[in-house]
Amino acid sequence: MNKSLAAVREVIRISEPVIAEATVRRRTQHRREQVIESGLFLAAMMSVAATVAILTVLLWESLGFFQAVSLTDFLTDTLWTPLFDDAHYGILPLLAGTMVTSLVGLLVAIPVGTVSAIYLSEFASSRLRELIKPVLELLGAVPTVVYGYFALLVVTPALQKLWPDLPGFNMLGPGIVIGIMILPLVISLSEDAMRAVPMVLREGSYATGATRLQTAWRVVVPAATSGLVAAHVLGVSRAVGETMVVAIAAGQNPNLTWNPMEPAATITAYIVQVALGDLPHGSIGYQSIFAAGFVLAAMTFTFNMLGHVMRKRFREVY
Amino acid sequence: MLRRRKLAETLFKTVGICSLALGIGTLVLLFGALIVEGAGRIDWQFLTSFPSRRATQAGILPALVGSSLIMLVTAVVGIPLGVAAAIYLEEYARRTWMTELIEVTVTNLAGVPSIIFGLLALGFFVYILGLGASILTAGLTLALLILPVVIVTTREAIRAIPVQIREAAFALGATKWQTVSDHVLPYSAAGILTGIILALSRAIGETAPIVTIGALTFIAFLPPAPFAMEPPFISFEWLMSPFTVMPIQMFAWVSRPGEDFAGNAAAAGLLLVCMTLGMNGLAIYVRYRMRKRIAW
Repeated sequence: MNKSLAAVREVIRISEPVIAEATVRRRTQHRREQVIESGLFLAAMMSVAATVAILTVLLWESLGFFQAVSLTDFLTDTLWTPLFDDAHYGILPLLAGTMVTSLVGLLVAIPVGTVSAIYLSEFASSRLRELIKPVLELLGAVPTVVYGYFALLVVTPALQKLWPDLPGFNMLGPGIVIGIMILPLVISLSEDAMRAVPMVLREGSYATGATRLQTAWRVVVPAATSGLVAAHVLGVSRAVGETMVVAIAAGQNPNLTWNPMEPAATITAYIVQVALGDLPHGSIGYQSIFAAGFVLAAMTFTFNMLGHVMRKRFREVY
Repeated sequence: MLRRRKLAETLFKTVGICSLALGIGTLVLLFGALIVEGAGRIDWQFLTSFPSRRATQAGILPALVGSSLIMLVTAVVGIPLGVAAAIYLEEYARRTWMTELIEVTVTNLAGVPSIIFGLLALGFFVYILGLGASILTAGLTLALLILPVVIVTTREAIRAIPVQIREAAFALGATKWQTVSDHVLPYSAAGILTGIILALSRAIGETAPIVTIGALTFIAFLPPAPFAMEPPFISFEWLMSPFTVMPIQMFAWVSRPGEDFAGNAAAAGLLLVCMTLGMNGLAIYVRYRMRKRIAW
């Protein structure tokens, strides 16, 4: 009895420092884990910080702008000439330029994108699909400045053969190029939406004797509508924010027109034009690009939110 | 009736192939135009000369050096931040409003037009932090720009690792970080690499944000060398140097009237397209290899 008690005491005596050391080690390890987790958390917070910084910078400089320019002038004046002596600050011409180029792009992207996506999702063999998707990805990876070159020196001259009095700078050429540029995005999002339609619906349709095309148009497309719309909305958001194509090929003069055959500056082209010059920090011209940028950010934000909400919806249906 | 339906079906297939061909045809046409106009201009002199008023003597050396240095800054800042954020979101984050907020901002940042990042950089890096239109500013701007891309692709790569791997590590007494750094990260490395290549290939072609921060379009000198002969041997002066990059050099040449400069622009464009498509091709290849090899 006494002997075994002594043995237990001996074991405790020997193991005590070991246990103490293990406890210390576990504590430092725990602390290390916590430090690492905090570091990772800080890295994740960078995107929040970036978002806050974008909003703050845009709002702050825009506030300076709106101290000098009334909101009514900004929204209703039909001239945008902040750099002239006779300065006017009406955003409408830039907005019109942005909308016309985006609309032309959309006119290309809606039919071509939808048809391509239907073909890829419902008709193409999986081998063709595996081949086409990376190529589309490459199409989306070409730098925008190269597309600008393409719009100015390839597409516009080609269009001038059709309409000889088309000016060298116009909104039609860049609009078409923007449409082609957003195709990869539109096609891959649309295809995702149609893939998400359950097979059962298609099989039901085939069972009633419908052809593939009828099934695609009358069953799959209606079932995937919100996803398809979302794809195009996100495409528009990309088109609205597109910069280099329009800055290179659509001209730099604000021009309130709905005619795509005319040259006109967009919001983004104006920002580039001002940035290329040498405007003093804090001047009204400098602040005007932030006000214009704020309008642009608000537009793309709205489109993005709309797109994401619609995308979520098509996911939840089934 | 049946015949008409079959006809409609064939018709649609033709239209479908044609519309796909429009995208692919554009890519081919674009490449062809660049080669026809620009391939003749690419030679040793073009790669090693400074810009010039005479188109035939002009080169893109400063733009090449500028692009490389900026990519270096972008990679050093953007990749660790993006990967760390993705690890946090996938492995550590609990479902709180904070996590929700981070995820919403990542999605949102991915959709912000690149020129808005330029405005942020102009207002914040250039003036508030006083970094000027320097290589550092441009690198940081592009790092923010690629952050969402890196985060999203890294998360996808991490999510593809089965949960059993983590449980096995935990069962052997590994801590969370040990599990992540010894198992999750090495196994998802190929996927993360794909994302990083794609992100950098996007950054190298970005023009708008760099124009916005006030990069020069005509630059006839190189940034100071990073290595010095006398101690401390390494200098970071180049970070604050003015710069130009390849897309801006191309933009400057496109905007100039005259056939000769259009040729230069095409040559710069050809180099740029080869770089980005090469990087994308590499990424697609890595992904393809990875998909073939993995069998959990």
